[in-house]
Amino acid sequence: MTPTLDIAGLSTHFFTRDGIAKAVDGVSFSIAPGEVLGLVGESGSGKSVTGFSIMGLVDQPGRIVAGAIRFKGEDMVGADAQRLRSLRGNRIAMVFQDPMMTLNPVLRIGEQMTEAIAAHSKATKSETEARARDALGAVGIASPEERLAAYPHHLSGGMRQRVAIAIALINAPDLLIADEPTTALDVTIQGQILSVVQRLVARSHTALLWITHDLSVVAGLADRIAVMYAGRIVEQAAVDDLLTRPRHPYTAGLLASLPERAAHGGRLASIPGMAPSLLHRPQGCAFRSRCGLARPECGNAMIADRQEGDRRFACLHPLADPARQVM
Amino acid sequence: MSGNPVMSAPVVETPLQRFLAEMLEDRIAVGALMVFAALVGVAVLAPFITPQNPYDLAQVDVLDARLPPGTLASAGFTLVLGSDGTGRDLYSAILYGLRISLSVGALSGVIAMITGASLGLVAAYVGGWVEATIMRIVDLQLSLPAVLVALILVAVLGKGVDKIILALVIVQWAYYARTVRASALVERRKEYVDAALCLDLSPGRILFRHILPNCLAPLIVVGTVQTAHAIALEATLSFLGVGLPQTEPSLGVLIANGFQYMLSGRYWISFFPGIALLVTIVSINLVGDRLRDVLNPRLKR
Amino acid sequence: MEATPLLAAERIDKRFERRLDFAGRLAARLGAALGNETVHALDGVSLAVMRGEVLGVVGESGCGKSTLGRILAGIMPASGGRILWQGADRDRLTGTERRSVKLAVQMVFQDPASSLNPRMRVADIIGEAPLVHGQVTRAELGDYIDTILRDVGLDPAMKQRYPHQFSGGQRQRIGIARALAVRPQCIIADEAVAALDVSIRAQIINLFDELRQKRDLTYLFISHDLGIVRFIADRVVVMYLGRVVESAPTSALFAAPNHPYTIALLAGAPRLEDRKRAFAAIEGEIPSPLNPPRGCHFHPRCPHVMARCREEAPRLSEIAPGRLSACHLNQA
Repeated sequence: MTPTLDIAGLSTHFFTRDGIAKAVDGVSFSIAPGEVLGLVGESGSGKSVTGFSIMGLVDQPGRIVAGAIRFKGEDMVGADAQRLRSLRGNRIAMVFQDPMMTLNPVLRIGEQMTEAIAAHSKATKSETEARARDALGAVGIASPEERLAAYPHHLSGGMRQRVAIAIALINAPDLLIADEPTTALDVTIQGQILSVVQRLVARSHTALLWITHDLSVVAGLADRIAVMYAGRIVEQAAVDDLLTRPRHPYTAGLLASLPERAAHGGRLASIPGMAPSLLHRPQGCAFRSRCGLARPECGNAMIADRQEGDRRFACLHPLADPARQVM
Repeated sequence: MSGNPVMSAPVVETPLQRFLAEMLEDRIAVGALMVFAALVGVAVLAPFITPQNPYDLAQVDVLDARLPPGTLASAGFTLVLGSDGTGRDLYSAILYGLRISLSVGALSGVIAMITGASLGLVAAYVGGWVEATIMRIVDLQLSLPAVLVALILVAVLGKGVDKIILALVIVQWAYYARTVRASALVERRKEYVDAALCLDLSPGRILFRHILPNCLAPLIVVGTVQTAHAIALEATLSFLGVGLPQTEPSLGVLIANGFQYMLSGRYWISFFPGIALLVTIVSINLVGDRLRDVLNPRLKR
Repeated sequence: MEATPLLAAERIDKRFERRLDFAGRLAARLGAALGNETVHALDGVSLAVMRGEVLGVVGESGCGKSTLGRILAGIMPASGGRILWQGADRDRLTGTERRSVKLAVQMVFQDPASSLNPRMRVADIIGEAPLVHGQVTRAELGDYIDTILRDVGLDPAMKQRYPHQFSGGQRQRIGIARALAVRPQCIIADEAVAALDVSIRAQIINLFDELRQKRDLTYLFISHDLGIVRFIADRVVVMYLGRVVESAPTSALFAAPNHPYTIALLAGAPRLEDRKRAFAAIEGEIPSPLNPPRGCHFHPRCPHVMARCREEAPRLSEIAPGRLSACHLNQA
């Protein structure tokens, strides 16, 4: 089966006054229809730029310098602007951390929703209105009739995010890219959003790329997780393999830093130092200066990906996999 | 020893280096800055590079009056830009006039900035009726045409450099007050001010050592533009005859002096001082435009 | 029965009023639907911090936890109620006593970008207050700053730099150093690690713990992140829309939450152990603090709502030794 999204060797660089920032540097992954991939990374890891690159939304001074993005087998990097526009908002949709990135503050919710429908399909006025109403109901918004007449500033942050999700999903896209959509929201509201997205995506068999810094969120949501560090994916595997048996020292370090796994009153295992600047990334493994297992050869050339079953990681001295040793 | 790793910070260019680098990216602004620096230079050096002291009546010969550019003066030097109606060498008079215009503009700008910034800071910090009173006066001030207010003030106060400066300060402080209040209101809400309050620092210290330095960028921009305005306003007042006295002519006075000869073909008496005034104001404004682009964080990526 | 708390809030109220300006009053006179708006940010909040403990305060946006922190730190005044420092009303203190009590409670802020003055060097940020208050002399200041910087894990050689030259984690260390410089006894950390990346966050949490032992500190740790509070706090206070709804020792609270809101909060939080879980959320929005519901503030979203909840606000009362909860179900 053709994957919904297939990315190979994607590199997006920013040509700034201070030098070339390699925000995304050789990223490869694919998402099958109906699959949920969690793309996890800390700030500056390039996870958001990856999302923007797929949408064709990278602005100057940034540019996709290498790699292929194939949407259902169709090349997106070389596609012309018109083709990209017809895919965006129809077959591919995106929601952002700030819902006001997609909502127009001076238009009523109803106008924005019917516009999104009318842009990509021919339907009568009453049909589009009915669809808009249903879409709001589907994201759990009470009295949708009333909300259609409201402006974005009348709604709470959580409600705005749900409207943005309703608009993103209104044309039943094949791919939804969600960039930290619950980060700014409260726990109880985050739960609402997660449950809505989970239901809708399962119903329409949409492939979902969920970009986040929070491993706990994708633990319960995703099928697979990819971990990014300094512009590269250092490890990707099925959720359970990655969270319980990480092979890359960075993944392991990240998991160990989470307070929820630590005993109360103890010390957290922290990763020493900090992420390198994207302008001066060291040769070889970018994590080696913070890694307890690093050896001199980690600084040699680029570390190639290793494939082990469903898991892929880029490390010369990975942590042992207990499951494999038993065999 | 702490168990935490001691970390070193990455080397980053200082804000001043970045500011200068960005400032120098615009050729027009660099050119304007060089022109302005040259104007300040010749104004300061005027006594050493002019053949005549136009304020010293003993050096001025009435027989030299209204001579065209290039004529030889009776004292033996060439009148490069001609002479005015009283026989003053125009080149010397322009450089001395520039001195007066620039110092009146700069001095009134600095005093207006200090007054306006202090009042704006107090308004933003104290709030309530103090803020309401200060800002209503600012509104009132800004709603009246500057020339009109200045004219009335000078008419009441009388002539003289000090009076002109006072009038210019009264006309201009409101711009500074409004600018500083706006950015101080933003800064006040930042957490570093809360931290200073928590550390029990005095309001004066918080206002002038913590908040004010963070309001400097817009203040500098307004300062350059307003200084250009002040110079133009002083020239206007002098041209109308209520500004500086004839004995210490600024550029405006020189233009006014030559105005009556314009129709008789003796263009140079007004023309050259006019050019000097134009170049001064345009160069300051061009530098101010670039400063606004560089210092305004909203225009940055 | 027990020792005097180090820092205590007694029935603290905080109202933010937005009065109409002249134009607004004129419009209201002419019939516009405008009026003075009052946000009741804190409604009779009481809590006590014992010496040496870490008290966690959790709640969602609009619950008033940050406002409470600021009032306890003396940054903003309360509209009603008392703040007690070792049993004494803090507002009645004067002179040097007032100052020493004020300096004894310091705050660490959320945003490493805006909590440090960008125009001041690190040495001035840390050294200004102890010098102004005469805690150190100018001659001792250099060494004093170096010691504090080393304590928070920064290289003293960097003290002449400006905040923008540091990373987020380092800036938070500077913020902690600034608070420590006036030798406080209690530190209020308002979402102090929320803006940091996971790997850096662990470093800062460890630093807080290390400093507590080394300098004998007491913490009030305000956070929306249950995982962090569970790890760091000895006792937890849960707030909802300006009121305390539950307070209990950490282990007891996470093992058996009592208030329906606490139960919903714990159930809604995503966990690392989840696998393809069906997220089920409590219904409804967080009401606006401008117009909170009558009775129990949580009643519109509560699965156990009764007629009484809509009318009468439940009192915070003891349900077990050391455990308080404000729910009518406990009285049934």
